[in-house]
Amino acid sequence: MEKTINLTLKVWRQANPQDAGRFEVYEAHDISTDASFLEMLDVVNERLEREGKEPIAFDHDCREGICGMCGAVINGQAHGAEKETTLCQLHMRKFKNGDTLVIEPWRSKAFPIIKDLVVDRSAFDRIIASGGYITVRTGQAPEAHTMLVPQPNAEKSFDAAACIGCGACVAACPNASAMLFVSAKISQLALLPQGQPERWDRVRIMVEKMDEEGFGNCSNHYECEAACPKNIKVSNIARLNRDHLWASIRAKLRG
Amino acid sequence: MSLDSKIPGGPIAERWTRHKADMKLVNPANKRKFTVLVVGTGLAGASAAATLSELGYRVKAFCIQDSPRRAHSIAAQGGINAAKNYQNDGDSVYRLFYDTVKGGDFRSRESNVYRLAEESLNIIDQCVAQGVPFAREYGGLLDNRSFGGAQVSRTFYARGQTGQQLLLGAYGALMKEIGRGNVEMYPRREMLDLVVIDGNARGIVCRNLITGAIESYAGDAVLLATGGYSTVFYLSTNAKACNVTAAWRAHKRGAFFANPCFTQIHPTCIPVHGDYQSKLTLMSESLRNDGRIWVPKKTDDKRPANDIPEDERDYYLERRYPAFGNLVPRDIASRAAKEMCDKGLGVGATGMAVYLDFAESIQRLGRDTIAARYGNLFDMYEKIVGEDPYTQPMMIFPAPHYTMGGLWVDYHLMSNLPGLHVLGEANFSDHGANRLGASALMQGLADGYFVIPYTLGHYFGSTSLGKVDTDHPEFKTAATQAQERTQKLLAINGKRTVDDFHRELGHLLWNHCGMARNKKGLNEALEKIPAIREEFWENVTVPGAADTLNQSLEKAGRVADFLEFAELLVHDALHREESCGGHFREEHQTEEGEALRNDEEFTYVAAWEHGEVGKKPKLHREALEFEEVKPSTRSYK
Ligand SMILES: Cc1cc2nc3c(=O)[nH]c(=O)nc-3n(C[C@H](O)[C@H](O)[C@H](O)COP(=O)(O)OP(=O)(O)OC[C@H]3O[C@@H](n4cnc5c(N)ncnc54)[C@H](O)[C@@H]3O)c2cc1C
Ligand code: FES
Repeated sequence: MEKTINLTLKVWRQANPQDAGRFEVYEAHDISTDASFLEMLDVVNERLEREGKEPIAFDHDCREGICGMCGAVINGQAHGAEKETTLCQLHMRKFKNGDTLVIEPWRSKAFPIIKDLVVDRSAFDRIIASGGYITVRTGQAPEAHTMLVPQPNAEKSFDAAACIGCGACVAACPNASAMLFVSAKISQLALLPQGQPERWDRVRIMVEKMDEEGFGNCSNHYECEAACPKNIKVSNIARLNRDHLWASIRAKLRG
Repeated sequence: MSLDSKIPGGPIAERWTRHKADMKLVNPANKRKFTVLVVGTGLAGASAAATLSELGYRVKAFCIQDSPRRAHSIAAQGGINAAKNYQNDGDSVYRLFYDTVKGGDFRSRESNVYRLAEESLNIIDQCVAQGVPFAREYGGLLDNRSFGGAQVSRTFYARGQTGQQLLLGAYGALMKEIGRGNVEMYPRREMLDLVVIDGNARGIVCRNLITGAIESYAGDAVLLATGGYSTVFYLSTNAKACNVTAAWRAHKRGAFFANPCFTQIHPTCIPVHGDYQSKLTLMSESLRNDGRIWVPKKTDDKRPANDIPEDERDYYLERRYPAFGNLVPRDIASRAAKEMCDKGLGVGATGMAVYLDFAESIQRLGRDTIAARYGNLFDMYEKIVGEDPYTQPMMIFPAPHYTMGGLWVDYHLMSNLPGLHVLGEANFSDHGANRLGASALMQGLADGYFVIPYTLGHYFGSTSLGKVDTDHPEFKTAATQAQERTQKLLAINGKRTVDDFHRELGHLLWNHCGMARNKKGLNEALEKIPAIREEFWENVTVPGAADTLNQSLEKAGRVADFLEFAELLVHDALHREESCGGHFREEHQTEEGEALRNDEEFTYVAAWEHGEVGKKPKLHREALEFEEVKPSTRSYK
């Protein structure tokens, strides 16, 4: 049943990367409990715009939990408290009348703040560009059925491939590590026959790139898995570590 | 000016193969000398950018989002068609071609569609090689399902996230080329103008969405892969940043816009529930494989769904279309739902919804099977609506979803402006008046991986282009105009928000140029749009500055273009005095209320030439010929 609630928002406002930034308080009145979190922000923003004030900048696009564009830390939790849910899929029926919500951007050295809640996640793209793919040129592919993939492997590979690259794992990690993100791509490809030829180089190169981008180390807090809207498992990190170890040994043996 | 579609001759099954052999090639050493600007990095753009780069061209690619991985293609759920006939159920290239031409209600080009069906085979191979985790059977082979009313199982899928996985495959290919320094990627850029020099498309002007800088880029060809314009309706299943801006600006520079009134309304979306609503969520069409659509037989029946006895329910699709039942094509299912609601039979708080009921299939197949097939969709529904579709029927209603219309292109995917090529949903070519499910992904990837790499080479091989750079006066003019427009928007300082105008426009179009259209309503829309546009330019508020990230400004630019484009859309709908596919003119229907085509007068592509904003555009016709599939009335009874 639709009803409306009133909320107090404490929102991080920062004009540009150089600005020190600060929290500002907004009253969000008459918010329908059927609205999504981003629709609640829209309502607040339209009120600001009508007053000639700059609305709160936040990234978003698909608004159905798949593009990975949205994300903010709500009361200390990346994408808010609901499990396996992106911010755009979080609905206001999960909040109570009178709640105060502290809304902040992802915070990580590797994700510089651009404005308000918008951060620069291009480090993720650079990690993928370093080796997060299978090298096959268009037109080179063999007939699809020449390569069988055991169904359980295909499923596991898919579980890892479901990552939307939103960055919540980094935001949630006390060390701002990108291990969950990187291990998801490593796992997706390591579980498929197509991914084997480059498997050992891929893991070394991507991990190296991740470190270079300024992400922290993984010290097994598992906050990433808890925050992940797509339920990417930390078992992927274990697979990455195993592959990485073996890849390093191989590299040494080969001199 | 006559439109030359450049369709090659010969038997349809050999046209593309022979044509590939006839087209000019560019010497490998020379490819580096050509710069290709690819605007948009969804399926169509990413696949094109990666492939052209692999061939040796210099590629610069642009997108609005912070990463190519976030293009709207990511949201596609259901699947991608390919005529592999892995199920041995009688599929073939010809059958896929036939179904697509018929599904498009005989308003597409046969030759293009045949090529699309042929290339569908290569797409699957390519994606599998990239590591796209398609669904598999226990033996390790690829699984297929039947989709969107097809009578064969030819749809490849990756759970309910096919678009995501295909896009990540194309994105991987693109990132590989970026990593090797062969593609320069410009994310968070919005193309604001096309630069035409001596009649050839030679560059673009963009706004850097972070710094606000107006940037110019020169090249030897421009590829637009900027997606569709469903967001002209405000509420749609498309992502928020989807827009018509790139296509519209190209149109204003001379590119013809084809069949803008061919818009698709998808039957299975979560209904509207409030005026704060920012988008509509699609529930994959695959749900219709196991869900039964019904409304109560009595008007204004307010009983909860489960309290309405079986004999007081009208499974209207099954009743009206016994052969296809709940699986009739989208346009038909959508219109039927609207009809029911218009008669007062709709359900839910607003009466603008129908039920999609799984009770029977849960009973027949068990909850686990249904959960395995649709679990993620059921969860999504539960999140948005707050009701459990395992125990209560879903409520659905049609919503704008896809646009078959787009910039006019010839067989080479080149617009009437030499050098300007258009790929994916942004062009008009393959779906006629109605797109079948699982065929947009196929088209985007066919265009990008397998068509443009050949045809662009032919263009370069057969044209001599002088060098241009961004110091050329045309670049300066376009950049100045973009800057002035931005300043103008910021200076209005009015009272209404951009979204407010967008909602008003969307509402008007939905009512008068949506699922059902008539002359009176369309004329009314034509009167009202200019008034909204005028008010927009006097009374919109766009806070903030030009030289920073300014999302209000971004939206304002897009809505300003929608306010011009909307008129073209309505003109096209008004001129097409027939009903076909997604374009339903109430004046043209059979006694049973089915679409009535007028093949004698309208078997053509309407390609519009821009004159002046607010003036009727000029119509050019490209006659369509059907040699293989003779136009017939689509019957799904
Ligand atoms: C919810 C949903 C489900 C769908 N499911 C299916 C399905 O199951 N099967 C199927 O076949 N089809 C499906 N479709 C349709 C299909 O997803 C799209 O038609 C297709 O993905 C479009 O791809 P594209 O590459 O043409 O454009 P898009 O993926 O929309 O990409 C557009 C690109 O252009 C960029 N861009 C846009 N404007 C500008 C500008 N002015 N300047 C710079 N860059 C710009 C964007 O940033 C983006 O990179 C679905 C669509 C929706 C909405
Ligand atoms: S807006 Fe796309 S995941 Fe939230």
